[in-house]
Amino acid sequence: MSEVAIIGAGVAGLTCACELVDRGVDISIYEQAERLGEESCSWFAGGMLAPYCERDTAEHEVMQRGLVAARWWKKHVTEVIQRGSLVLALPRDRNELERLSRLGKQCRWVDQLEIREIEPDLVDFSGPGLLFPDEAHLDPRNALQDLANYLKMRKVSIQFDQAVRLEDLDAKIILDCRGYHSHDVLPGLRGVKGEMMILRTEDISLTRPVRLLHPRQPIYMVPRNNHQCMLGATLIENNERARFSVRSMLDLLNSAILLSPSFGEAEIIESGVDIRPAFDDNIPRLYRKDHTVFVNGLYRHGFLLGPALAIQAADAVMNPDQWKELPQCA
Amino acid sequence: MTRLELYGKSFESRILLGSARYPSPSKLAEAVQASSTEIVTVSLRREAGGSHAGEKFWNLIKSLDVAILPNTAGCYSAREAVTTAQMARELFQTDWIKLEVIGDSESLHPDTAGLVEAARILNDEGFKVFPYTTEDLVVAEKLLHAGCEVLMPWGSPIGTARGLNNEYGLRALRSRFETIPVIVDAGIGLPSHATRAMELGSDAVLLNTAVARAENPARMAEAFAEGIRAGRNAYLAGPMQPSDMPQTSTSLVDKADLRQ
Repeated sequence: MSEVAIIGAGVAGLTCACELVDRGVDISIYEQAERLGEESCSWFAGGMLAPYCERDTAEHEVMQRGLVAARWWKKHVTEVIQRGSLVLALPRDRNELERLSRLGKQCRWVDQLEIREIEPDLVDFSGPGLLFPDEAHLDPRNALQDLANYLKMRKVSIQFDQAVRLEDLDAKIILDCRGYHSHDVLPGLRGVKGEMMILRTEDISLTRPVRLLHPRQPIYMVPRNNHQCMLGATLIENNERARFSVRSMLDLLNSAILLSPSFGEAEIIESGVDIRPAFDDNIPRLYRKDHTVFVNGLYRHGFLLGPALAIQAADAVMNPDQWKELPQCA
Repeated sequence: MTRLELYGKSFESRILLGSARYPSPSKLAEAVQASSTEIVTVSLRREAGGSHAGEKFWNLIKSLDVAILPNTAGCYSAREAVTTAQMARELFQTDWIKLEVIGDSESLHPDTAGLVEAARILNDEGFKVFPYTTEDLVVAEKLLHAGCEVLMPWGSPIGTARGLNNEYGLRALRSRFETIPVIVDAGIGLPSHATRAMELGSDAVLLNTAVARAENPARMAEAFAEGIRAGRNAYLAGPMQPSDMPQTSTSLVDKADLRQ
């Protein structure tokens, strides 16, 4: 019997696991899928550690809590790239950038010449931009694998193919990190559908995440290894885990081609759909019930906010006073 | 003050709020409360997916205790709009529909020909249609002829925050159709724009982005509600007419003579 049992090996479960192991807690971790991957929505994430540019749609608290992310990930995974984020808009949508620069603060304006200098393959893009120099990104699939390896080296192996029920576990404390699967116990949880693609092209290599603010379909492109980049993502108020619609694909690809017409020649090597677990305010939080803590509602910020939540969860596990401060779930 | 009458229902509030682009459903709920709106529009296309999968979000809106006005945002043909309206009727159990037929994906200019066509079909099917149109008098005439009992002319193109692009046109529409409720929809960026629309005699204002994308949506919603009330009051109070000549506000006869 371990001190703490964690259910779910997505980004929430694995960050909590590492944080607890770092503090010397004996844990076990269960995952219902047969391997790391598609069963968890983290698999489809962008992997941007971009607290400031998330301010475009997220609240101040998300930015605040995301500030620890890059440092935490650097400690636990092999590759965190810190080259900032570039946010662009068509000249007619300059107002969107003005708004973000006011909200996100840690950025500076870049003109077309400088955009060409820092991202030479965006030579065709003629619009203003904002550079957020401190932001970072990672490859979420590699990062999840790295966390699994990190745990393995510390003698914790994820037990796959284990659809455990809360009442079956005899650990002292249980961390429920099952994402949307916990919606039966957390009635406030809803699913927000997202569609993403992975493109491969040798014509364009981006060196940092690039976002295009667009009133109808904003996108981001996150560079990955092997000439790939991730194109995301739609946000649809819907808990359907399938069905990539023609409209979404057209919208995403149209915006991609606005960044550079060369994306027209790219190969679509993957398209994915999943839902993000979110509470009504789109801000994640911890709830407790008996000896279980629910770590949930990470919405589109799994990699950005996973570390902050893991730290908070570990604090609560280690310290009875902080445990008592967690809100109880109904 | 007189109430807003729309298809036989009467409302205290003269602000209609869109439900898209808020940072979160909670922020939307706060804005709805702060604006004291009684009518919220919901876009069906993005959320539906032909299924009931969006129900959690819709239930949240239903729980706000407001009338739901489903819209056909993002439809590019009469046929698409009609299908969306039928879906909306089933999902929301309402025959109200805000009818949008967009003619151009860049400017989001309404396709007024498609609009009239769709309005005719939907009215025949028993819908209560709120047509999103331009300030064009002839199109308005045709919409009424097709059975619409409300007009929703734009202030300026969707999402531009440019305010009222054609005050003359809105005034002409107002005086031409004195008994038809006119709701200015789209392009409103500031409470002063909404106030102006109400001063011209519009019956209500519908807005979305100006509130949803404000740094503090609830506060902005409240500001709009105040502006709309002010404009309505000003219209009912009968404003003075501008004049080229200065007019003193105190009578010269009564002025105290301070000369020694």
